[in-house]
Amino acid sequence: MTATIRTTYREAVREAIREALRRDDRVFLMGEDVGRYGGCFAVSKGLLQEFGPERIRDTPLSESAFVGAGIGAALGGMRPIVEIMTVNFSLLALDQIVNNAATLLHMSGGQFSVPLVIRMATGGGRQLAAQHSHSLEGWYAHIPGIKVLTPATLEDARGMLWTALEDPDPVLIFENTALYNTEGELAADAGAVDIDRARIRRAGRDVSLFAYGGGLRKALAAADQLAAESVEAEVVDLRCLRPLDGAAILASVAHTRRAVIVDEGWRSGGISAEISARIMEGAFYELDAPVARVCGAEVPMPYPRHLEQAALPQVETIVQAVREMLGHG
Amino acid sequence: MNHHHALALLQGMLRIRRFEEKATELYTEEKIRGFMHLYIGEEAVAVGAMQAIGPDDAVVSTYREHGHALARGIPAGAIMAEMYGKQEGCSGGRGGSMHLFDRGRRFYGGSAIVSGGLPLAVGLALADKMQGRHRVTACFFGEGAVAEGEFHESINLAALWRLPVLFLCENNLYAMGTALARSESQTDIRLKAAAYNVPAESVDGMDVEAVEAASQRAAGAVRNGDAGPYFLEFHTYRFVAHSMFDAQLYRDKAEVAEWKTRDPIATYIPRLQEEGVLDDATLARMEAEIAAEVAEAVAFAEAGSWEPPATLTRHVYSSEGPAP
Repeated sequence: MTATIRTTYREAVREAIREALRRDDRVFLMGEDVGRYGGCFAVSKGLLQEFGPERIRDTPLSESAFVGAGIGAALGGMRPIVEIMTVNFSLLALDQIVNNAATLLHMSGGQFSVPLVIRMATGGGRQLAAQHSHSLEGWYAHIPGIKVLTPATLEDARGMLWTALEDPDPVLIFENTALYNTEGELAADAGAVDIDRARIRRAGRDVSLFAYGGGLRKALAAADQLAAESVEAEVVDLRCLRPLDGAAILASVAHTRRAVIVDEGWRSGGISAEISARIMEGAFYELDAPVARVCGAEVPMPYPRHLEQAALPQVETIVQAVREMLGHG
Repeated sequence: MNHHHALALLQGMLRIRRFEEKATELYTEEKIRGFMHLYIGEEAVAVGAMQAIGPDDAVVSTYREHGHALARGIPAGAIMAEMYGKQEGCSGGRGGSMHLFDRGRRFYGGSAIVSGGLPLAVGLALADKMQGRHRVTACFFGEGAVAEGEFHESINLAALWRLPVLFLCENNLYAMGTALARSESQTDIRLKAAAYNVPAESVDGMDVEAVEAASQRAAGAVRNGDAGPYFLEFHTYRFVAHSMFDAQLYRDKAEVAEWKTRDPIATYIPRLQEEGVLDDATLARMEAEIAAEVAEAVAFAEAGSWEPPATLTRHVYSSEGPAP
C-alpha cells in the first residue's frame, strides 16, 4: 500500500509551487501579496523566505501589467506562475489574457507560444459578496488558445500545476476558495497528473452527475444520500473545462442514460449549457430523460449567508433534481 | 556623421515611404484588405530608433508597424505577403497588416490594442534581467496609449523593478481622430514618465539624426545593468489618414501642410546634398534599388499561396491535443 500524508488543499497547492520552483530555475511566482503577506489565502506562505524576492515577487495592484509581464516573461524564456487574488480581479487583466495570451501563437502564425500559468481563487460560500465570489471559469472556457483547469481534489491541487507549467500554452488554474481548508490523505509520492481528462470519482448506473471545482464535493455528498435511497449516481469530475472531455461525458451518459450538471456558475450561456448541448448532439438517443442543471442563481452574489447559500447549488438541490428526474420527486 | 551611415538612414526612410505608397495602391486594388495604418511622415522615428537596437534586443510594436518591421530587417516580401494574407507572410498570413511577427528577429508584433504591448515589453525585459542578459526591449507606442491604464501600470512596474525597457512614444498628436489636448489634462507626455521616476526626453521625431542620437543615448543607459527604463517622446506627424477609412475631418489641411514642410525625407535630402554627402546619381540609384525591392516584394506576395481551409484551426494550441 502506498504511504500517504495528511494534508490540505492549500498545502497541496503550496507543495506543487515549491516543487516547481525547486525543479526549474525558470519558474517564479508573482502576484499581489504573494510574498511578505504570504498570499491572500495563505497559499504561498513561507515561500518568500525559502526562495527569495526574485522568485516570489510581490506586485503592485496592476493586474493588467503583471499578467502581461507574465506573458512577456514566458515569451522571454521564463516559466512564470502568476497569481491573481480572485477571479473578479482577473477581469482587470482580461485584455492581456484574451487579446495577448490566447492569441499570440495564432497571430504570429505559430511562432510565439506563451508557456504561462495563471492561478486564481474562484467561487462563493465565504460571504464575500458580489465582487469576490463569482465562478467565471466557464466564461474563460469559451476562449480558444487557453486551457482552463479546475482542481477539485488534493491530487489535482498537487499535480496539475507541474503539467500546466510543462505545457507550451497558457493555462489558467481556478482554485475554489471553499476548498483551501479541506483535509484528506494524499499519496506521499503524489506528482504530476494529466490536464485534459475527466475522471469518474464515483461509479454508478442510474444517473450521471457532472461537476467540477467546488461543486464536486456537493455532487459526491448528493450521491451518498441518493445511495441510501437505492439510486446509484455516477459522479464525473470534469477537471478541465477547456479542453472539455466530451468523450468521457458521452460515455457516462451512454452508461447511465441520465445527466444532471452541477455548476456554481450562472446558468445562461454557462459551461452547463455547453455540456448539455454536447449531450444533445452526441447522446440524444441514449437519454431516458431531459438533461437537468443545478446552477448558481442568476444574481450577483448576495452577502447574507442564507441568501448566498440559496444562490449556490447545494447537496439538497442536487438530490432533488435527481429525484425529479427519476420520478421520485 | 559618417557619410555611408547618413545615406543608409535616408535609404531606410525612403524604403518605408515607397513600400507604403505601393501598399496604398494595392489597398485600392483590394489586394490588401482589413485595416491598414500607414506610417508616412513618421519614418525618421523607426529608422533612427532602430539604429540603437541590436539583433539580440527585442522589439514590441503597434498596429502602425510597417516601418518598424522594415527597419528591423523583416524582408519586405514577407511583410507584403502578410498584408495580402498569404501563408508566406511573416505571420503565416494569420495576422495581416496589424500583426507582423518575426521570431528570428525578436519582433514581438503588432498589437492592435492601444497600450496592449507595453506589459509584454515589461515581461520580456524581466526575463532578460532574471536570466542575466544585457539586452534592451524597445517598445513603440503612440501618444494615445498614455491615456490607457496599461501605460501607467507598465511604466511603474518597469521603473519599480528597474527593467531594461526603452519606451518609445510616437507622438503624432492624434489618437485616431482625437487630438492630444482633447484627451489629456496634461499634454506634456514626458511628465507622465517622469512621475514614475523614469528619465524622459522629448525629441524632434522629424529629424532622423536627432532620433538616432537620443535613442543611442537612451539604449546605452538602459543596457547598462540596473539603470531601469528610459522614455523618449518623438514629436512626429502622420501625413496620411489614420487608416484607409478616415476622411480626416478632425484636422485642418493647413496643419497637415505645415507639418509636411518638416517631412523627414524631403528635408533630409537637401541637407545631405548641401553637406556633399548625396548627389543626384546616388539618389537615383537609391530610388531604383528601392523600387526594385518593392516590386520584388509585390511579386513575392502575388506568387504566394493561400493556406487551405483544412488547416484553419492550426496555431490555436502548440500541439494537436484533444478537441476543445
